[in-house]
Amino acid sequence: MYISVRDSLTGERETPANRVRRRVAGTVVLLGIVSLLTDVSSEMVSAVLPLYLTAEIGIGLLAYGFVDGVYQGVSAFVRILGGYSGDRSRRPKWIAVVGYGVSAASRIAMLAANGMAAITAVVTADRLGKGLRTAPRDALIADTSEPSMLGRSFGVHRALDTLGAAIGPLAAFALLAALPRGYDAIFVVSFAVALVGLAVLVLFVPDRRVGGGTARLGIREVVRTATGPRLRRTLVAAGLLGVLTIGDGFLYLSLQRRDDFTALLFPLLYVGTNVAYLTLAVPMGRLADRVGRARVLVGGHVALLLAYLFAASPFGGLVWTAATLLLLGVFYAASDGVLAALVSRLVPVPARGTGIAAAQTVVVLARFASSLAFGGLWVAVGRHPALLGFAVALAVAIPAAAWLLLGAEGGK
Amino acid sequence: MTGLRLRVGVFAGIVLVAVAGVVFYLRQVATNEADAATQTPAVPVRDDTASVVAGPHLVFRSTATGAGYGRVAVAPLSAPAGPRAFTPASCDRVHAVRGTAVCLVALRGLATTYQVKILGPQWTAVSERPVPGLPSRARVSPHGTLTATTTFVYGDSYASPGQFSTRTMIGPTGGAEPIDIERFKLVVDGRTVTAADKNVWGVTFVDDDRFYATAASGKTTWLVEGSLSGQRLTALRQDVECPSLSPDRTRVAFKKRGDLPAGRWRLTVLDLTTGQETPLAETRSVDDQAEWLDDSIVVYGLPRDTNGSASSDVWAVPADGTGTPRVLVPDAWSPAIVRGA
Repeated sequence: MYISVRDSLTGERETPANRVRRRVAGTVVLLGIVSLLTDVSSEMVSAVLPLYLTAEIGIGLLAYGFVDGVYQGVSAFVRILGGYSGDRSRRPKWIAVVGYGVSAASRIAMLAANGMAAITAVVTADRLGKGLRTAPRDALIADTSEPSMLGRSFGVHRALDTLGAAIGPLAAFALLAALPRGYDAIFVVSFAVALVGLAVLVLFVPDRRVGGGTARLGIREVVRTATGPRLRRTLVAAGLLGVLTIGDGFLYLSLQRRDDFTALLFPLLYVGTNVAYLTLAVPMGRLADRVGRARVLVGGHVALLLAYLFAASPFGGLVWTAATLLLLGVFYAASDGVLAALVSRLVPVPARGTGIAAAQTVVVLARFASSLAFGGLWVAVGRHPALLGFAVALAVAIPAAAWLLLGAEGGK
Repeated sequence: MTGLRLRVGVFAGIVLVAVAGVVFYLRQVATNEADAATQTPAVPVRDDTASVVAGPHLVFRSTATGAGYGRVAVAPLSAPAGPRAFTPASCDRVHAVRGTAVCLVALRGLATTYQVKILGPQWTAVSERPVPGLPSRARVSPHGTLTATTTFVYGDSYASPGQFSTRTMIGPTGGAEPIDIERFKLVVDGRTVTAADKNVWGVTFVDDDRFYATAASGKTTWLVEGSLSGQRLTALRQDVECPSLSPDRTRVAFKKRGDLPAGRWRLTVLDLTTGQETPLAETRSVDDQAEWLDDSIVVYGLPRDTNGSASSDVWAVPADGTGTPRVLVPDAWSPAIVRGA
């Protein structure tokens, strides 16, 4: 079906030796650097935000959490809008620029924002920016990557992205160690970093006109793409797996309930998962290119299943905690970028951004539903049975999802 | 777009401006902080801590810019807004009775950790213990024998609604192991609540065994009466957060959500004998555990909503719903009242 010109070109060179030698496109690395800088910027702020809100501003976290939750749905909607606008304008770069720009601008607004409403508005702006930019950016990555290297390209991008997320908190706390009241300084540095990231995007990422033909992408066409058999199978599978994906916050909470050692090292749990994700994103992407994206995606969920079992196991201590974090890292490395890579090949090029956005939105919404369901189950039957219940359901869902996904990927 | 050389030039310019701006700004901040460290605070100061502490006094976290920022300060009850005397302790949250204070503090670092310190008469730590999470509430029992601390467990991300959890520990000030009171049996209308999302926070002591606190499960919060010896929490009524018992032990002041939007509360006083609730004249949302100045006045911290300041003031309002709120101590947070001699 939807075979572009470059498809057939690379089709001739599909030898393992070539695959090893070839490099990901420069644009992918540039987009990765943009994401790295933006993530440094946003993670700097979010790492210190709880401390800033409670110790400096003096408002309660609970108050903040509730208001913040209201905006989660908006972000999912904006994601589709971003994907569709990118496709329709056939200039995904500029939609991404708007998204990154909104987030960068929100940093400087943080300086003036002191009341809770203002802080919430600023964080919401950041989140909306993120929602807007993700799908068009992924469409750009797909557009500039050779089809046989999609997994690797997304892996490189996600690795750089996660590296930024790891640097951010370190930078913020280093600043705070030097300037104990330097919250404003963190916001200023964060803004400067975001600005440089935006500059890389605007100045160096080529403004490709993606998609063929002259007709603009209509809503009807988008709907047709989204409900087409291959994407439909993938969306159903992604939704099924997403509904059974327990938020990592819940898993960390489970680990923490188990032993006090973990409770005191709590901030490091995120770091542990990120380090695993960071290290594994490229290898998992390469593996996906070699053995099939659907297989790796399914394998990632097997790792997630093991993480549930580890978290539910009665054994505490460093080894079990580390193993759980490693499995979570495997899961993220084998799912986030790999799904984008998989979807990129299933939808026609003109609707690529929308297709990626649709898949990501399905995942976001499914995980949100999962949070509610898991939270409810935890309340009703307790942590341990809830974890095991989700593990059993995931064990049943994985073969079903595998059938759907392998069918979609294989059905060319 | 134009040639690569031009773009590289523009990019170099942007990076240069960004770096120069950051360096300039950080220098400014560093100089200001250095100045502030040597500068006297922007409030009147006295240095006779011992004589202030000898009489009835207020203990609070000073949020005035300058040398004493974040330090625990004291002021006589007779002149709370007057000159304050600083103690050597720095706390994010503090509560005190005569001779004993509990201090929750964040140790900022690459991974920020949190500590609860018990301070002796000299305001130095007689014991320290790590706690999981952000400092939220702290209380000492009337005779200074027990302390209660509430922390927001870190990682229960602020960005994930419904995933918060608190850890509330009660322990002897002597330094023995504190107990996690979330493990106590929670009884609501005769039924035991076993829900895993049960959270308990905001303890206020009656004596060395009994206390009041907030318990929550799902979207409901309750005023609970707890017993340490009985390891039990009994719900008394709904929609009460962060209770604070009056000195005569007849009323509790608390945060009430009512039909306010999420994240907003109205200070309210409950008469424990009649069950009557009186909303106070403070109409701004108060997210704090109140403290009683005496049997007729409630005090609480409020962040100051002005740009560029991370400051707060301690306010006072009559406990009977009349009058208007007034600033009791400017540039202060986390008030505790120490009465008697």
